[in-house]
Amino acid sequence: MSDAWQLDLRSDDDTLTVVLAGSWRMAGRLPGSDTVATRLAAGVRRVRFDATALTDWDTGLPSFLAGVLKACAARGIAVDSAGLPAGTQQLLTLARAVPAQDLSGRGGRPAGICTQVGMAVLDFVRGVPAMLAFLGEIVQACGRLAAGRARFRARDLWLEIEEVGPRALPIVSVISFLVGLILAYLGADQLKLVGAQIFIADLVAIGMVREIGALMTGIIIAGRTGAAFAAQLGTMQVNEEIDAYRTLGISAIDFLVLPRMLALMVMVPLLTLYAGFIGMAAGLLVAYAIFDIGFFEYYTETLRALELKHFLVGLSKGSVYGAMIAFAGCLRGMQCGRSAAAVGHAATSAVVTAILLITIAASVLTIVYYQLGI
Amino acid sequence: MNAIPQIEVRELTVGYGDHVVQRDLNFAVNRGEIFVVMGGNGCGKTTLMRALVGLQPPLAGRVLFAGEDFWGAAEEDRRRLQRRLGILFQGGALWSSLTLAENVALPLAEHTALSAAQIDEIVAFKLALVGLAGFGDFYPAELSGGMKKRAGLARAMALDPEILVIDEPSSGLDPLTARRLDELIVELRDSLGTTVVVVTHDLASILAIGDNSVYLDADTHTMIATGHPQEALRNGAPQVRHFLTRGNAA
Repeated sequence: MSDAWQLDLRSDDDTLTVVLAGSWRMAGRLPGSDTVATRLAAGVRRVRFDATALTDWDTGLPSFLAGVLKACAARGIAVDSAGLPAGTQQLLTLARAVPAQDLSGRGGRPAGICTQVGMAVLDFVRGVPAMLAFLGEIVQACGRLAAGRARFRARDLWLEIEEVGPRALPIVSVISFLVGLILAYLGADQLKLVGAQIFIADLVAIGMVREIGALMTGIIIAGRTGAAFAAQLGTMQVNEEIDAYRTLGISAIDFLVLPRMLALMVMVPLLTLYAGFIGMAAGLLVAYAIFDIGFFEYYTETLRALELKHFLVGLSKGSVYGAMIAFAGCLRGMQCGRSAAAVGHAATSAVVTAILLITIAASVLTIVYYQLGI
Repeated sequence: MNAIPQIEVRELTVGYGDHVVQRDLNFAVNRGEIFVVMGGNGCGKTTLMRALVGLQPPLAGRVLFAGEDFWGAAEEDRRRLQRRLGILFQGGALWSSLTLAENVALPLAEHTALSAAQIDEIVAFKLALVGLAGFGDFYPAELSGGMKKRAGLARAMALDPEILVIDEPSSGLDPLTARRLDELIVELRDSLGTTVVVVTHDLASILAIGDNSVYLDADTHTMIATGHPQEALRNGAPQVRHFLTRGNAA
């Protein structure tokens, strides 16, 4: 590159001459137009330019000049741009061809913390009717399904079942094994105090089958599948695919939400059952290897502790959690905005909503089952 | 003017894996020229564009920028050469999580030492150039298709590239908006001396702004050098005239 930019301001009566020299390129840390604007205050009536010593320029120059011209216009100062290079004049004319839109009220100062909290609460409250409406649509769709009139492709259901169930086995295995392990250790440590270590079997079996199996599976599936549902449906929303279903008179709820809902309601209980068995196997391992409890001793104790109702409680919880995850994932996906950022937001929001719903449902069901004596 | 062409393509073959989309491409783009790559759907226009701008390596052949081989160069040189290019993607490809002003400012902030105030001034000017003055705080999702295209052009122009590569400038635009975009491209070329490569199948645009052109033939998988589009319309090869007259050539 040649020499750096030079800017010289010459006042002469009421005329300010802006002398531009050297190389005005963006690579060279150009000055801001305020360097000229500050000189406009003192009785200047005319601004002219002298660019005879200008060697070389890029759009950094007209950007600077546009700022100068704006400052002049604001003060009612006449500008003679004849001294500028032809290309620069052309660009400046082009930039003025479409007047700036007055879009005041946009991008104002960020709101205060109280306002933000208030807005967030209002947003949440306003979101409740939409949630209920979506729930209503799903219930209607389930009604159509029961009547045999819901329309979706069986192949979609099987694909979802495969995606949700078998493909989640590795992660469910690992997590439930480790949780079973932790539970056994925790229990053994306490039960040792009263010399009742054999009850590790009861603790692990009932804990995993009734509560923790379903809860852990629910949370894993919420992160794995709930987020995927939201991202899939959100991307479809961005591509206007969901609008396309609507305009063709195909219910997007039937076609997209029902198969996902059914897949989760079927597969989460099965995964819960599986998680329960893996957890018990981990408990057996800990009891046998660390706490010297016999293999068959543990086995018979487990059989004695477990009743059918425990399995039914676990399965029913799994099914409810599955429905919650599908509901949250599909709801957030369908509500998704039309940009890449919105898809990410939908996925995050789906997981948060699903985990919140699961936790609420878990508490409610535990209390209800206790009161019913199940 | 300058003896070395701004872009030179030699014996280029582009495609995916074993599937050759176009072969034996040879053409040169001179400084300050508006060069049109035309052809029907699926003829490999976009594949060629991706090889030109460094997004996808060609199967064979060379792309030279002012005499420097692009694909044969080291990673670092390639990045330096790529900085000479400004690319306007078909859908605008604006970053949806950034406002228009942020979209245009990002390349400036990354590649120049300009102060934030100076960047703001340049961004405002670039947005004004494409007729979007005052829209700096808008997010891409809030804009119409034509505005997205123009905002994409402002971003492609952010660093004053020597070469502007534009994929389908008029797709999704009404004829008047498309024409205004064409005029804008010509004005920018005239005032800044930018070399422009336009990949398109829009006849009005090809005939209005092209200085030189090649036609990519989907059947033979190679190109036909066509020169000035207006000339090609009168005396070009039969396929080219067929294309340029929407199949009405005698």
